[in-house]
Amino acid sequence: MCRLAAITSSKYFSPMENILALETMKEGHDGSGLGLTLKDLGGEFKDLKEYPILSGICSKKGRETLDAYMDEMGFKLLYRWRPKIKPVKGIVARDFYFASVYDYPEEWKDKPFEEKEQLLMNIRLTLRKMGEADESIFVFSFYPDVITLKEVGDPLEIAEFFGLDKDILKAKIIFAQGRQNTNYQIYLYACHPFFLQGYCTMTNGENTAFVPIREFLMSRGFPGYMGYNSDSEVFCHILHYCMRQLKFPLTYYKDIITPLKWEEIEQRPDREALSLLKMSLRSLCIDGPNMVIGFIPDGTCFMVQDAKKLRPGVVGGVPGKYALMSELCGLDKVIPERDESKDIYPMKYDMVIVSPGAKEVKVWNQLQA
Amino acid sequence: MEPAAGLRLDFNHKLTIKEFPYIIRWREDRCKRCGQCTAVCPQGAIRPAVKYMRVIESGGDTPKPRPVRRIIHVIEQVNDIEHYCTGCAICALVCPNNAIEPEYNPQNKFLFYKNRGGEGYKRGGRRNDPGVSTLDRLKFTRISMLTDPALDAGRHEFRVRSYIGRILPPEELPLKVENGRLVVDKSSGKFIPPVREIFPIMIGSMSIGALSPTMWEGLAMGVAYLNEVEGIPVVMCSGEGGFPPRLLKSRYVKYFILQIASGYFGWDSIIHTLPYMTEDPAAIEIKYGQGAKPGDGGLLMAPKVIKLIAEIRGVPQFVDLPSPPTHQTKYSIEESVMKMIQSMSMAFGFRVPVYPKISGTRTAKAVLNNLARNPYAAALCIDGEDGGTGAAYNVSLDKMGHPIASNIRECYLDLVKQGKQNELPLIAAGGIGKKGNLAANAAALIMLGASAVAVGKYIMQATADCLGDEYNRCNICNTGKCPRGITTQDPKLYRRLDPDKVAERLVEVFKAADVELRKIFAPMGRSTELPIGMSDGLSIDDKAMAERLEISYAC
Repeated sequence: MCRLAAITSSKYFSPMENILALETMKEGHDGSGLGLTLKDLGGEFKDLKEYPILSGICSKKGRETLDAYMDEMGFKLLYRWRPKIKPVKGIVARDFYFASVYDYPEEWKDKPFEEKEQLLMNIRLTLRKMGEADESIFVFSFYPDVITLKEVGDPLEIAEFFGLDKDILKAKIIFAQGRQNTNYQIYLYACHPFFLQGYCTMTNGENTAFVPIREFLMSRGFPGYMGYNSDSEVFCHILHYCMRQLKFPLTYYKDIITPLKWEEIEQRPDREALSLLKMSLRSLCIDGPNMVIGFIPDGTCFMVQDAKKLRPGVVGGVPGKYALMSELCGLDKVIPERDESKDIYPMKYDMVIVSPGAKEVKVWNQLQA
Repeated sequence: MEPAAGLRLDFNHKLTIKEFPYIIRWREDRCKRCGQCTAVCPQGAIRPAVKYMRVIESGGDTPKPRPVRRIIHVIEQVNDIEHYCTGCAICALVCPNNAIEPEYNPQNKFLFYKNRGGEGYKRGGRRNDPGVSTLDRLKFTRISMLTDPALDAGRHEFRVRSYIGRILPPEELPLKVENGRLVVDKSSGKFIPPVREIFPIMIGSMSIGALSPTMWEGLAMGVAYLNEVEGIPVVMCSGEGGFPPRLLKSRYVKYFILQIASGYFGWDSIIHTLPYMTEDPAAIEIKYGQGAKPGDGGLLMAPKVIKLIAEIRGVPQFVDLPSPPTHQTKYSIEESVMKMIQSMSMAFGFRVPVYPKISGTRTAKAVLNNLARNPYAAALCIDGEDGGTGAAYNVSLDKMGHPIASNIRECYLDLVKQGKQNELPLIAAGGIGKKGNLAANAAALIMLGASAVAVGKYIMQATADCLGDEYNRCNICNTGKCPRGITTQDPKLYRRLDPDKVAERLVEVFKAADVELRKIFAPMGRSTELPIGMSDGLSIDDKAMAERLEISYAC
């Protein structure tokens, strides 16, 4: 079971906070990897918020291919962050880790953001395909104000390897997953969190409905619905599909993945719409066991449970800093000064929503919505 | 030299009992000559006879065995091919002393002789393929244990339900956001097709006429009980044959799918009753084909068209009622799909799902694609080669048709390519529960892509103790002489069947299937939705089959 540590704050903080939280939750074989997604970046990226950042890993050959392709597409490199790699036993260093900030090509500068998003995604997908066969290029995200880092190994060792404890990499929302991959071969693209056009999720479960959901998403004709090296990548894409494609409010994500029973739907004021959703989106229903933590483009963070609440999850904090963790010890590590009696353990009908800027936290109940 | 009058010397054209599929084993010492066996034999395959024989007897004060010649009474099997023993064993059932039973004769040459008069052999029942079907070879191999803990079939909540009716894709739902909530946009004028929630196993089409009144009544009672008392929304298809007007006007009609086939039997009365109907039927099924006899029409034999059936169907009594192989007013898929579905939907005020039923065939995808583009098409039912029938040519039953497993899988994957896998439900039929594994076969088909399955034969076998099997045992549904009283209109025969018992068994069958489905879905970690298309759950022990069905290979 994966360990999850998400922190949302009104101030910039270091990903080391997340990683130390993960460390407290450690158990069993836990060295399958670390995934980090940082949103609302500080430090060196603070003044580059409108420019897209390409995060990934390349081999020497892959770097040449990538640079040549970005040049050809007309992207101008503005800034490149590279972690100060410190060799650590047990982690095989790859050639080139990076987060590169680009300026848009001239002809794209004045286009609406929706079109720019599409361009960024297509470029990421093309690069991914170019480097997939020989594993020369891994790109995890290409989006403004977002960095994604992934590597195989123990999270704390990876943090040391990347020099995160010394680096000034900071953000206001950071998601971290300590991966415990037990079922398939360890593969970088299968590592959480998953990010697509401003939507991001990570989960600590297994998804038994993976194949029908994957088939449904892939048949929607949206090029970003691909990859699926892990059974949880679909959660991110369902979120994207629900909010960006169908334009539903966030809470309907919960209604889609864990639909209510008919008699429960009857109690809801939006029962007519919900009935249609239940039938129309039944392929996206999850049976768990899953707890999902995610963020959306405006910086709202959330936590939801599958319909049986079969995985742990807790949310707590103080106004200005909230943490969404898979286990309580992680929360204790990050925000020990909080009022513990106000910790929230979302149950099967709940969606815990932390507003942008970590101002407030509320529990949206599926039954009483 | 001419033979003497009345004396026949040429025995060459007579058959020995060895040619017959079943040989009657009669035990003279046990038989008390009550005559019950000969009275119940539907085929007239056995008869009482007298023989002049040498027997040993002993008696008197000092008994001493001695041979005597005497006339004795025996039960003998006739060797006339028209009265062959079907092996139904109803004789064994009534014999008080276990003195008689038919024994299967694997060396029989029955098929060589059954086309006398230039007429191909017809029979009812099932395909004679005792082999293990693909459905029975499928195994559920994705078992949750540690990584994703198994659900508990007895403790967790399960929702073993499916939909019948076209489901709008999410992109086309007429929804808008108001105050952070989704509401249906009534001003859009968008047609929202009717959808019914059903139990994923439905009772396939068996008509009033094909079934006896007691059998049909039993099934109807059982279905009503399942819905209203057990809360299991089982639906049943009427078959082509009309519907009793009293039932049409009742509230129970909502549990039935009315079928229209190419004979249009009973449609007059249905149309005339429309204004007086208080409930809508569950759906309308337009029958274009049947798995047991693809491309062939239906036939209700004259002996079954008694007064009641004649009245319901609006035809004269005791005439053969053939339904042509196709709806005679339709000449193409496009026309059929468009006209028939549209007009039927309209007749029921667009409140009832209307879908076609076809036989399993390589052209199923062509039909499917036409349906996928028709916003009024509610589903597609595909009946595979193992489907049962009341009457069909032997050659159609045994040799025609497409197995259901690959047919349904191919159609489902085709829908996936178009993104319409949830939009147009597929109903699979034909051979489900052939070996008794009703829930397992249904679950396998669901994981291959079916939204629901339709079952006929299993229901008859399980609820009315049908005697037939896959070795051509019994299989005389077409003659109107069903020894159990299931497929006959002869009161002497159908009174053997107690409709209450049929209803009771039907309820037991569905309740058991419900439990078994949970026992399959729970270990696979599925509970809140039917695992339609969950192909990673399935494996088969044949590489070519695994490749064809796009599932994993396990041996």
